[in-house]
Amino acid sequence: MDETAWTFIMVGLSFGVYIGIAIWSRAGSTSDFYVAGGGVHPVANGMATAADWMSAASFISMAGIISFIGYDGSVYLMGWTGGYVVLALLLAPYLRKFGKYTVPDFVGDRYYSKTARVVAVCCAIFVSFTYVAGQMRGVGVVFSRFLEVEIEYGVMIGMAIVFFYAVLGGMKGITYTQVAQYCILIFAFMVPAIFISILLTNQPIPQLGFGLNLGGEIGSQIANGESVSLLDKLNGLHEQLGFSAYTDGSKSTIDVFMITAALMFGTAGLPHVIVRFFTVPNVRDARISAGWALFFIAILYTAAPAIGAFARANLIHSVSGANYEKVEGKKSVPGWFKDWEKTGLLAWADKNNDGKIQYRKGTAFEGKPEFVGRRGEYGQRLISNAPTASRNELYVDRDIMVLANPEIADLPPWVIALVAAGALAAALSTAAGLLLVVSSAISHDLLKRTFWPSITEKGELIAARIAAAVAIVIAGYFGIYPPGFVAQVVAFAFGLAASSFFPALFLGIFTKRANREGVIAGMVTGIAFTAAYIIYFKFLGGTPDGWWFGISPEGIGTVGMALNFVVAFIVSLSTSEPPEDVQEMVEDIRVPRGAGDATADH
Amino acid sequence: MNREEQEQRRKYWEANKRILVALLSIWFLVSYGFGIIGADWLNQFQLPGTQFPLGFWFAQQGSIYVFVVLIVAYVYLMDRLDRRFDVDEQ
Repeated sequence: MDETAWTFIMVGLSFGVYIGIAIWSRAGSTSDFYVAGGGVHPVANGMATAADWMSAASFISMAGIISFIGYDGSVYLMGWTGGYVVLALLLAPYLRKFGKYTVPDFVGDRYYSKTARVVAVCCAIFVSFTYVAGQMRGVGVVFSRFLEVEIEYGVMIGMAIVFFYAVLGGMKGITYTQVAQYCILIFAFMVPAIFISILLTNQPIPQLGFGLNLGGEIGSQIANGESVSLLDKLNGLHEQLGFSAYTDGSKSTIDVFMITAALMFGTAGLPHVIVRFFTVPNVRDARISAGWALFFIAILYTAAPAIGAFARANLIHSVSGANYEKVEGKKSVPGWFKDWEKTGLLAWADKNNDGKIQYRKGTAFEGKPEFVGRRGEYGQRLISNAPTASRNELYVDRDIMVLANPEIADLPPWVIALVAAGALAAALSTAAGLLLVVSSAISHDLLKRTFWPSITEKGELIAARIAAAVAIVIAGYFGIYPPGFVAQVVAFAFGLAASSFFPALFLGIFTKRANREGVIAGMVTGIAFTAAYIIYFKFLGGTPDGWWFGISPEGIGTVGMALNFVVAFIVSLSTSEPPEDVQEMVEDIRVPRGAGDATADH
Repeated sequence: MNREEQEQRRKYWEANKRILVALLSIWFLVSYGFGIIGADWLNQFQLPGTQFPLGFWFAQQGSIYVFVVLIVAYVYLMDRLDRRFDVDEQ
């Protein structure tokens, strides 16, 4: 059976599972719809949180990005896992004890203010939509690459599936589908990783092979008779080709520090992650389930840098200096090189006309490859892009590193099909979690708690379903016609979340003195400062020379967060303290006993 | 709530904060300390038994393993604390 047939089977089977779960787990009440009835087992919630958290980008792009930037990629690894420690220790148990449905609920009640609630709703919707557009796009891309379906139809198929289980099942449907999606995505990620590890280091566990000497079928060719470790060899290759050392990176220490912190506190402040901890039965389970979530995430996050390093060594070894055309007795490019050239994720501009691929630091040409449809002297696909002054001749899209792994390792077609199903699972699970945040923000926070308090339970449930349906359609529209700013904004969503949500939540739990005036002033300062810095340096032509203390826009959220804390502190102390009942509420969320089911009215 | 209970609550919260400070210090040390600020210096050593430069290992592997252990330790310590102050869930 060929690859496409296998892919149809794998993707079809996985979708069948999702639909089956949706029918089995229909939501009957608002509590089912918002927090899965509050009765999810902590291990199941851990898996669901992991699937919720790991998006199309984590699955497809992260290993590739690390592969190209080496040590600098650590910001994502530490940032997106370390945030769970912050979440587990500082937020999750207390918010679970608070026992309501959404993050804006907490902000609104703790700061006794409709304004604060509505501001939180807007932030939650903005962050969720920028994210979800990328997921729907990811679904479309996977469909088009593996099943030769147009991106538009791919997005629509994805919308239909999410529609089915999110609208029908709400959080309950989403939770149990996410459990299935986690199993599929982690299996799909690890199988190729294990094989690649064996091929390069003779060690089946990628996390260990990462730090060993080269060996195995491909590894011994790369080592070329020497006894050398994978990482030393990579550093050597990088030096030869003019890149900075793989294990050192090129970002400044302060920038790495600031970006890591922005990603960590941003993670801890993202509503779609926090809301997952409202679904477990009690405070103790919220703590346990954060541990499981991080454990399940860590499996992928510790394997990703290993895959990055393996793929990097293999790429440089097999491509650099190789002849494009097969020449007897000389090194030529492997078969997958030409396969991926067809997809436009790989391109070669033979600047010096020697028929060999010259891979160096720098970009080979302007923009993404535009193929002219003709072939060059050696059979390569010609491109019309303007070449750059760099000696580099090779364009490689970072996504190849994960997507082409099974081919590079010569794995059977069902593994390639598995990767397609895994990437779809990653994208759909994240999309569903985000859509639920949007839907509950509208039906619960805006309607029930702000503008239409008399709405019945049944009415609220219908409103939640309609809001989810509308959100899916809008997300799908953004997936088909992605606004140019989305890709850039997603990277900053963390900085914005860190500079707005995190301090409000933290102060709300750890100080009784933080009041409405202080926190609103802090949030406004934090988000305005961060947004202004990002807009100036990303969209209004600011250059890296102008960065304050060498802090890039990606890392400025950390400074915004610090400003938020300072302003909130000063303003809170110079205005009157919060009312008695709010102070009592803070006292109450600090002790675990008495956490009932999450309810809307107690 | 009488005065004695209030005093107990206060003590519980203080003990809770001590646990948080201890665990978050380790969290900071392995990631920001070993993985970022001290990474260059630590790279002159290797993780015993492997060929990993130590600072690089902390940044891409070690810190993540420690994070998982920290949450496990947190669950354990808080369970004990909750029972000692009799505020655990029944």
